[in-house]
Amino acid sequence: MSLDSKVPTGPLGEKWSSHKMGSKLINPANKRKFKIIVVGSGLAGGSAAATLSELGYQVDCFCYQDSPRRAHSIAAQGGINAAKNYQNDGDSVFRLFYDTIKGGDFRSREANVHRLAEVSTEIIDQCVAQGVPFAREYGGLLDNRSFGGAQVKRTFYARGQTGQQLLIGCYQALSKEIAKGGVKMHSRTEMLDLVVVDGHAKGIIVRNLVTGEITSHAADAVILATGGYGNVFYLSTNAMGCNVMAAFRAHKRGAYIANPCYTQIHPTCIPVSGDYQSKLTLMSESLRNDGRIWVPKSKEDAAAIRDGRKSASDIDEDSRDYYLERKYPSFGNLCPRDIASRAAKECCDEGRGVATTGLGVFLDFKDAIDRDGEDAIRARYGNLFQMYEKISGDNPYLQPMKIYPAVHYTMGGLWVDYNLMSNLPGLHVLGEANFSDHGANRLGASALMQGLADGYFVIPSTIAVYLSTQKAGAVTTAHPEFKRAKNEVRDRLKALIEIKGDRSVDSFHRELGLLIWDKCGMARDRDGLEEALKRIPAIRDEFWTNVRIPGSVNGLNVELEKAGRVADFIDFAEVLCHDALNREESCGGHFRSEHQFVESDSEVQDGTTQTGEARRHDDQFQYVAAWEHTAPGTPPVLHKEELVFEEVKPSIRSYK
Amino acid sequence: MSLLNLTLKVWRQDNPSDSGRIETYEAKEIPTSASFLEMIDIVNERLIKDGHDPIHFDHDCREGICGMCSMTINGVPHSKERGTTTCQLHMRKFSDGETIYIEPFRAKAFPVIKDLVTDRSSFDRIIGAGGFISVRTGSAPDAHAVPVPKPDADAAFDAAACIGCGACVAACKNASAMLFVSAKASHLNHLPQGLVEKDQRTLSMVRQMDAEGFGNCTNQYECEAVCPKEISVQHIAKLNRDYLAASAREGVS
Repeated sequence: MSLDSKVPTGPLGEKWSSHKMGSKLINPANKRKFKIIVVGSGLAGGSAAATLSELGYQVDCFCYQDSPRRAHSIAAQGGINAAKNYQNDGDSVFRLFYDTIKGGDFRSREANVHRLAEVSTEIIDQCVAQGVPFAREYGGLLDNRSFGGAQVKRTFYARGQTGQQLLIGCYQALSKEIAKGGVKMHSRTEMLDLVVVDGHAKGIIVRNLVTGEITSHAADAVILATGGYGNVFYLSTNAMGCNVMAAFRAHKRGAYIANPCYTQIHPTCIPVSGDYQSKLTLMSESLRNDGRIWVPKSKEDAAAIRDGRKSASDIDEDSRDYYLERKYPSFGNLCPRDIASRAAKECCDEGRGVATTGLGVFLDFKDAIDRDGEDAIRARYGNLFQMYEKISGDNPYLQPMKIYPAVHYTMGGLWVDYNLMSNLPGLHVLGEANFSDHGANRLGASALMQGLADGYFVIPSTIAVYLSTQKAGAVTTAHPEFKRAKNEVRDRLKALIEIKGDRSVDSFHRELGLLIWDKCGMARDRDGLEEALKRIPAIRDEFWTNVRIPGSVNGLNVELEKAGRVADFIDFAEVLCHDALNREESCGGHFRSEHQFVESDSEVQDGTTQTGEARRHDDQFQYVAAWEHTAPGTPPVLHKEELVFEEVKPSIRSYK
Repeated sequence: MSLLNLTLKVWRQDNPSDSGRIETYEAKEIPTSASFLEMIDIVNERLIKDGHDPIHFDHDCREGICGMCSMTINGVPHSKERGTTTCQLHMRKFSDGETIYIEPFRAKAFPVIKDLVTDRSSFDRIIGAGGFISVRTGSAPDAHAVPVPKPDADAAFDAAACIGCGACVAACKNASAMLFVSAKASHLNHLPQGLVEKDQRTLSMVRQMDAEGFGNCTNQYECEAVCPKEISVQHIAKLNRDYLAASAREGVS
């Protein structure tokens, strides 16, 4: 099956407006006849559900949390980008577009990214009108800051909790629509399968997590806004409940997973402290505006710090290596995430790490405090410093933070066309759950932008392209496909609960996560990936014969919930490793050790780049890898969408 | 890093109609650097191994922002540590040999679903009653069209920092939701964008709060003391003023 991205023709800057003009509309009287299912209530799902209801569609929205306000978008700290150019520092829609394309290492679709940059300005207007309390200057206008990978100040923020403020704005809009009756909200409800009727996504099977009841829901279109798959690594900055189940169920029903190997490892997280650890905590990238990252120049000093014989203040200036400032003088500590993460890993691999485990680098605010005063730093990052102190027990005003990269965001996801519809007609995918806008690496403050762009401004317009071809209400839950899917869901839950083995669900999740982090984490190579692909089936076999889930399928049973998610993570991990193995190049969040610049390369000789940097192979891999599910136990089938660059010429991504 | 041995007294309740009971568990060899929820994870791992039902509790982000975690620890919602959610509490705050009582957030309007898991959907309905600004997507003016004085923006933010966990309700002897409702109303009532619907918002949210079965506020300020985001009770005073004014205007219109 060929992948048609359905990118409109015409000049880049006019594609979105001409597409909207050329698309069919659904008249208001007919909108109310169409029912749309939205799974997920974060920035993408919540904004989509609220906006579609405002337009007059009937919406059913589902989330596994106890309230839509708790979706993990809430935890985003740093900010949201928009090409407002309020700072008069030379920003524009085109510059945001260009930075995003370059940041994504020339592996994203130009038309989607340009549209994202275009609607970014409307998002800020919308959020301010909803009452989102962005940071302001004394004149009453909005303040901005700069973020990794950009040399302009285009990031809007609300102290260190921009995600919570944006999500509350979105949740309030959603609550308004729920109260009005336009949206039927199903909290504490998890999607366990997608129902496909005659090749079209027409409904879902869900489990009420409180009662255990399994129900069917039919609709004219289904929207998944279910976030990323970072928890395949077990430890990540994602919430405990984040999972790939909805996306993977859709994959098993025919939707392609695109570019899963593009996983973002965020450079500034609190290091792991022990085996019992359940998750990792991110410290906002905004800290890199004022914090300086360093490790000791010598292994001996680093060892002394690890043993507690020395502290950071014992290392004099000449013995410190501010490695990002050294390697990337023009971007310095604000270089993009993938680059900062790999540089931290290199230092620690050399034995210069400073946390007790050896896996940590310093993020030091001493110079900023000396320059601007402790109060100024407190005003900028107070809540982040407090969070750090609560978790680590150290006071970052007095001694540098210790940080280490952790899995944070996943650029890959279900394949979608320009209308955000997957290859499975009727199934639309928004936000982190799709693959479309960030290429191989996402820039800071762009996730919130994409989630809200998809939900508030793109899908409300593009879903009509599909719905206008459909007869409203044509499929109901009486269709035999619903009964079949429901029975399969029941059988799977029953199979899980009846295993009654010896090991907890978490122990399998931890084992899988360690394997994937080790073999498909910050650096990957062929041998490691092949080994992972050998070991995953063994984990799966043991899981399905030896997992222990207490309780029954009825009522609240968290172990049963987790088991379903981990089962899908195990299967998903195979697709992830296949993709990483197939992509014989390094780009963005995907670093294949075999593909890096070496001393003898002409690009290194002429100073374009330096040794150890990611080496793309545009001649072979300038495409989106979309994977089709086959039978269980057999490798997925690759479909390619060639990436065409009309406006930007792919080049070596340099931040020197 | 040292290890702790603790005794837990945990509220177990099989379902909403079960009367519930306190059960005792030993928590052995708990690292002081573990979080409180990771301590429960370790205990649960043991319970599962021994064939028992694990302790059910709400949690998700584990970084103090989603508002899902909700335990009353030694009688205090989110523990006696100030400005902390349960998930941010770490075991270094406890000493070896200690006995810890763990109960759900208790309130009539927060019925227990199972063990430490409660139903806080009453908060969602209060927001649905009026805790929003009615702006349709796409109809907003430019973000700079209405400047907001920094003090107003900051005051709105201070109120908006509420994570909707419900500790304020659980700490109140009357199970009043005034701190939550006042924070949510104050956030929007402080902003020029929120002024148009201010009266209606204030009246609707307070009436919904009463309908949900929350108690009245008698100014004890336990709510402020336990609030993980340290929301000030001054918002309650503001809500009372806004409510009085809105009621008066409603009476004459």
